[in-house]
Amino acid sequence: MRVPRALIVAGFRRYATYRQATVAGAFTNVVFGFLRCYILLSIAESAGGSMVGYDPTQLVSYVWLGQGMLAVVNSWTMLDLAERVRSGEVVSDLLRPIDPLWTYMWTDLGRGGFAMLTRFLTPLVVGELCFGVYVPDNPLTYPLFLLSVVAALLVGFACRYLIGLCAFWLLDVRGVSMMWVFFSGAASGLYFPLAVLPDWLATALWAVTPFPSLMQASLDIAVERGGLAHGLPAFGAQVVWVVLSLLACRWVQTRAVRRLVVQGG
Amino acid sequence: MAEFAAKVGIIAHMVRAQVRGQLQYRVSFVMELIGSMMTNALDVATVFVLFSVGGGLGGFGGPNVLLMASLSAVAFSGSDLVVSNVDRLREYVRTGMFDSLLLRPLSSLAQLMAITFALRRVGRFAQAAVLYVIALFVADIDWTVGRVLLAVVAPFTGVVFFSSLFVAGATVAFWWVESGEVANAFTYGGRDFTSYPITMYGGWFRDLFALGLGFGFVAYYPVLALVGLPDPLGVPVWLHWCSPLVAFLAAGLAALFWRVGVRHYRSTGS
Amino acid sequence: MIISARGLRKDFTVTRKVGRFRRERHVVSAVDGVDLTVERGELLGYIGPNGAGKSTTLKMLTGVLYPSAGEVTVCGVEPVAKRTTLAKRIGVVFGQRSQLWWDLPLGESFALLRHIYRVPDTDHAARLTRCTELLGLDEFIHTPVRQLSLGQRMRGELTAALLHGPEVLFLDEPTIGLDVLSKQAVRDFLGELDQRGDTTVVLTTHDLADIEKLCRRLVVIDHGRVVHDGTLDELHTRYRSRRVVVADLDAPWPTDLTLPGAEVTAVEADGHRVTLTLDGIAAGEVVAALARAVPLRDLSVQEPEIEDVIARLYRSEA
Repeated sequence: MRVPRALIVAGFRRYATYRQATVAGAFTNVVFGFLRCYILLSIAESAGGSMVGYDPTQLVSYVWLGQGMLAVVNSWTMLDLAERVRSGEVVSDLLRPIDPLWTYMWTDLGRGGFAMLTRFLTPLVVGELCFGVYVPDNPLTYPLFLLSVVAALLVGFACRYLIGLCAFWLLDVRGVSMMWVFFSGAASGLYFPLAVLPDWLATALWAVTPFPSLMQASLDIAVERGGLAHGLPAFGAQVVWVVLSLLACRWVQTRAVRRLVVQGG
Repeated sequence: MAEFAAKVGIIAHMVRAQVRGQLQYRVSFVMELIGSMMTNALDVATVFVLFSVGGGLGGFGGPNVLLMASLSAVAFSGSDLVVSNVDRLREYVRTGMFDSLLLRPLSSLAQLMAITFALRRVGRFAQAAVLYVIALFVADIDWTVGRVLLAVVAPFTGVVFFSSLFVAGATVAFWWVESGEVANAFTYGGRDFTSYPITMYGGWFRDLFALGLGFGFVAYYPVLALVGLPDPLGVPVWLHWCSPLVAFLAAGLAALFWRVGVRHYRSTGS
Repeated sequence: MIISARGLRKDFTVTRKVGRFRRERHVVSAVDGVDLTVERGELLGYIGPNGAGKSTTLKMLTGVLYPSAGEVTVCGVEPVAKRTTLAKRIGVVFGQRSQLWWDLPLGESFALLRHIYRVPDTDHAARLTRCTELLGLDEFIHTPVRQLSLGQRMRGELTAALLHGPEVLFLDEPTIGLDVLSKQAVRDFLGELDQRGDTTVVLTTHDLADIEKLCRRLVVIDHGRVVHDGTLDELHTRYRSRRVVVADLDAPWPTDLTLPGAEVTAVEADGHRVTLTLDGIAAGEVVAALARAVPLRDLSVQEPEIEDVIARLYRSEA
């Protein structure tokens, strides 16, 4: 456990030095929090008090926790992996005794930890002060939510790592990244709860894509939508996606390395 | 005038060169083109998904909501096409590359716009423009000369307004290179804000964004003027027609800010 | 007088971290009262150690930076106020800041620059032909700039800076990091440009060969101030740099021998090698006297190292 701990601490420390960026990011999250919060509350009001089963305090939590989680999951900022592949520096990463996948993963967890303490808490506090957030009934909700956020972070990480690996095959991964940003925003529940979508679409997203695991699952757990009967399976789905996406990273990376060896890169 | 035309011609040459360079990365270009169109479709779809939940938005019906959302989309995607990449100024300032713009006999801002121009965003703009025209037909508008003029001018004033914001946001980099996402709160945040009737927002937040920062003049007030509705929040009718003035003011402030910023440029980096 | 600066100063505010959270601000003068005049057609070497203020001065002369104090005119205009006017009359090569389009072939960059500077077709073609010949651009003019070697790119940059026929050419470290051949090509090119005499050149460099081969006049700057303005010889005289004769002898050095105007600084190899440091006297006289006194086997004259001179210069000012 010594290496993972060192990497987590390194990731935490590195992001702790980006103080101005942290303040700037938190500010932006707060502005978007106000926007989305007012919009969803106004819709709930015109729909007769609640919106697809979320009451106003649940919606407030949904929005502000979502803004905080956005920074923790960080799905819109790409890893520098693609850059390292393109410049060839990745070779030296591959020569180290520890697989770069794990190096990147632990470092990203460290980053997530720092984001949790700063950019997650800021919107939550503002949301509570200006609107009043939902307080969970069941004490189990708190630890389950934390675990669920970690799972969301890992799924987000693995997907971004996969995009970085694409650089072994593509000259430029900007296009792929853009597609990812699009889907991870639209289908994760960031803009609106997926329950407002037609049933078939929401079900399909849950069943075959990792996107709800990035945000919707954790947010539903936090606002106790459907209680533990909904929360536990949602968390289970996240765990499945963590395993699947990390396995995919391993598999793709092996092929990428083989390609590198064959080409004598 | 001839002088101005010559300069525009030179900038056009630079833009064409930029596009030729970008077209070398064909796969990425196509994916980004599709991605940007999807993003726009999603923005408008989001408004309608939410519309369907409560059967209205902030007291406005479908045609008017569509008109606001599409006008906002035209304004934003138009400025997105022209200037949104100017936030790359940050890189240019950090590395000192901004020097090379100051060494050429052209406006540094015009050059920055030319070298950060991204053709892939044209899809998004075209899509928004089509939607806006449809919305104008669908909406119940009692056409007068003034309204025809407004319907034509409003997209341009919106583009000018958002462009001013993008430029002002980028200019911050002359003082604060790490300003990062702060500008996004007002540019992308402004796009979200203007996509909905401002009656949906509350308290000081609404007053600040709609009147203080002027976002109400991008889509909400022009649409009220077009369809001839009074403002439920009580803003007088003559103010609904003031968008061009607001855009003009915003552009002036942004240009001034830019000039001050360039003087403050330190040209560090190696 | 094509460049004139009086009391030119540029201050930067820097913040330094003190402890964990506090920051201290203080003002640093990167350029601290530089006076400089350059006549039309001169080739001026502007030299000094890293951080002396060379690039900052150049940036103020070219209109990139706004001076904190002082007066400056280049080609008769104030650089920042008349930036775009001046831009057409000067050419600039700042080592790391490319004027070229990364993703386009070199030739297309040149074509674009023709539009940007509004150069008549015939002038552009003539200048391009000349640069192509002198700098050997043929081999890579159709290659995208991002694929050029540093040496090739620098040759492209030089051409780009000259296509609009500037009156003054500013070069910031044009030879830094180049391979030997490219360095030579750049140097020869600048020498030729100087010969023609219609372009004023201001050059900063760390490369001593550049200085020796190109610069008739040297302005040395340190800590933002001019510490020397004159020829290389004057610099040698002022700082008493001396030539050295090393002689290998067939017989041991007679220890009592003295030669006028030369000082014995070392005797090695059991007296078979002697090092003499000359004191302003012509080397020929000393060598002749030496040959009369002892049987010579081999002989070398070492020119004073300008590095030493400049190093001494910096030390004396520090």
